[in-house]
Amino acid sequence: MSLEFLLAAALISSTPLAYAALGELVIERAGIVNLGVEGTMLIGAVAGFIGAQITGSAWAGVLAALVCGALFGGAFAMLTITARLDQVVAGLAFTVLGRGLSSYIGAGFVGVPPRAVIHKLNLGVLGHVPVLGPVIFGQDPLVLGAILLPVLLSLYLRFTRMGLVLMALGETPEVVDSLGIPVILLRYAYVISGSALMGVGGAYLSLAYIPSWIENITAGRGWIAIALVIFGTWRPLWVFGGAVLFGLVDAVRFRVQLDNYPVDPHFLNMLPYLATLLVLALVARSRAHGRLGGPAALGAAYDRERR
Amino acid sequence: MTLPRLLPTTARILLAGAALGASLAVADADEIKAAFIYSGPVGTPGWTNQQDLGRRCLAADGVKTAFVDKVPENADVLPVERDFLGQGYNVIFADGFGYQPFTQQLAKQNPDKFFVGVAPNIAPAPNIVDLYGKLWDGRYLTGLIAGTMTKSNTIGFVAAEPIPTVIAGINAFTLGVRAVNPKAKIKLLWTLSWFDPPAEKQAAVSLVQAGADVVAQHQDSPGPVQGASSNGAWAIGSESDLTSFAPDKYLTGTVWNWCPLYRGVIASIRDHTFKPGMKYGGLDDGTVALAPLNKAVPASVRELIDKRRAEIAAGKFDYWKGPLKDNQGKVVVAEGHTISGPADIGHMNWLVDGVVGSIPRGK
Repeated sequence: MSLEFLLAAALISSTPLAYAALGELVIERAGIVNLGVEGTMLIGAVAGFIGAQITGSAWAGVLAALVCGALFGGAFAMLTITARLDQVVAGLAFTVLGRGLSSYIGAGFVGVPPRAVIHKLNLGVLGHVPVLGPVIFGQDPLVLGAILLPVLLSLYLRFTRMGLVLMALGETPEVVDSLGIPVILLRYAYVISGSALMGVGGAYLSLAYIPSWIENITAGRGWIAIALVIFGTWRPLWVFGGAVLFGLVDAVRFRVQLDNYPVDPHFLNMLPYLATLLVLALVARSRAHGRLGGPAALGAAYDRERR
Repeated sequence: MTLPRLLPTTARILLAGAALGASLAVADADEIKAAFIYSGPVGTPGWTNQQDLGRRCLAADGVKTAFVDKVPENADVLPVERDFLGQGYNVIFADGFGYQPFTQQLAKQNPDKFFVGVAPNIAPAPNIVDLYGKLWDGRYLTGLIAGTMTKSNTIGFVAAEPIPTVIAGINAFTLGVRAVNPKAKIKLLWTLSWFDPPAEKQAAVSLVQAGADVVAQHQDSPGPVQGASSNGAWAIGSESDLTSFAPDKYLTGTVWNWCPLYRGVIASIRDHTFKPGMKYGGLDDGTVALAPLNKAVPASVRELIDKRRAEIAAGKFDYWKGPLKDNQGKVVVAEGHTISGPADIGHMNWLVDGVVGSIPRGK
């Protein structure tokens, strides 16, 4: 098994995680915790597959996943932002709701051969570039999107006014409000667009990775995405790096077994989580110094009367 | 159970209850009403779906049945079982290994009811029987096919968890492969999860990359079949018939058929011959079967499979006969000895010669 294959496999494994984790990052930056990632990904996965079955186009499926993820996120936003329900409880409920709803909607699509899947790109000359060719340019557009997205998000957060406002939404929403910027509206927008990204992460599984609809196809990846946001200390590029690390472990654990290295696969499976805990401990330590750590207003519903 | 999951199942129970109410007028006191509790989802190919086909087979015989699926294998099963008992169900099929300790509690409190679980029996009671099938015999037959179809003499196997029944299946498969192709190697990968479609697919792709042109599995999802077929390798499935996931590349696979064992339990309750403990089905009664063979499988192999199936079912052919070496070169079954069945297999913790891989044991 070549290094190129390993890296390519790692990128594929990390793609659904990257979309979901970046979606969660956007939402958490706006000050909302959405623990319903797993459920939202499943909604995206089933909507994507059914969309592609009906239209015969995989990209229409991705669009369906985007829209359904956004709708699911919109419902979550109504409950947590407008009705000010406890975000943790609502998030858990949305995980279970997403799982139940996706298996209910998708019951007739299990084991149905896909009408359309997302194909790998053929970029001609670029595909023959050593290492980068097979690892990056030979992938499908959604993988490339997952590489591009953290860069764009990072630029958005750092260099645009809207990005600054997004960070302020999670740190001091009352200041944002006092500037006359609509806190509630913006939080809605970010929860909805973040959830749409989670939907795309799910659709990657059902339209490109597997590709077909199987109940509970995400098998816990939504939870890993939440851990990744912490692992990446709420920074897009770090979060993407974390996703690639998880993907690499996914690929390496089989290679280690095939080459008969004396490493227990249980131990390898545990490594990324161990790394997440380590980062969490570092975050807690450095929080006092204000360098790492999550948005200060994370998890608190914004209420103008009580600020 | 959580509300959204409960809704469809509740609807099903209500429907089953309505059907039951209609016929209650003719029911006598001894009528058998069988309730089924599953760990996985009904409708998705896999372990649970095969059990539900068994339930439907009883229903077709005229037995009143109902079911609840996706019940976690922990104390959550208790209220579900109690609920069924309260509704008058007198035979409870708790179809997950992890239900056993909880089923035992209720079995002791309800000595006049019958309980059916999944072997091996770790929580016995006079009114509990645990069922399983000699899956390894089916794996041996699929090994015969894999050994014939491979051109690279490298066959992959994606396995879930290193427990004796899975290990026995890998060994039986390998013995089948080597019976027709002594040069073949079986490369083994553990996913350490029963159900993780993306990881299972990746495992199969890694095996193909490592030279395997046939990939078999002991997993609950079609992930390995899809990983193998999408990379041009043959696939051998497990649990359910997975033909629809790779019509061209799916060779066959072991398929559970619980109908004979379920019928046997119901019959034994009816004629008062119920025996507690463990009961194993196999190739003989059809509990362990093969999915339809791919048309690429040559006629000579089909004949060999039919022959071996009949011989194993009749107890005339024993592939566990010594001498057998493990993949470290140690003799595990001496010449003149064999493995006496489920009892020995329940302790199997070695991989037979021909398997490239090891059993993860932790440190």
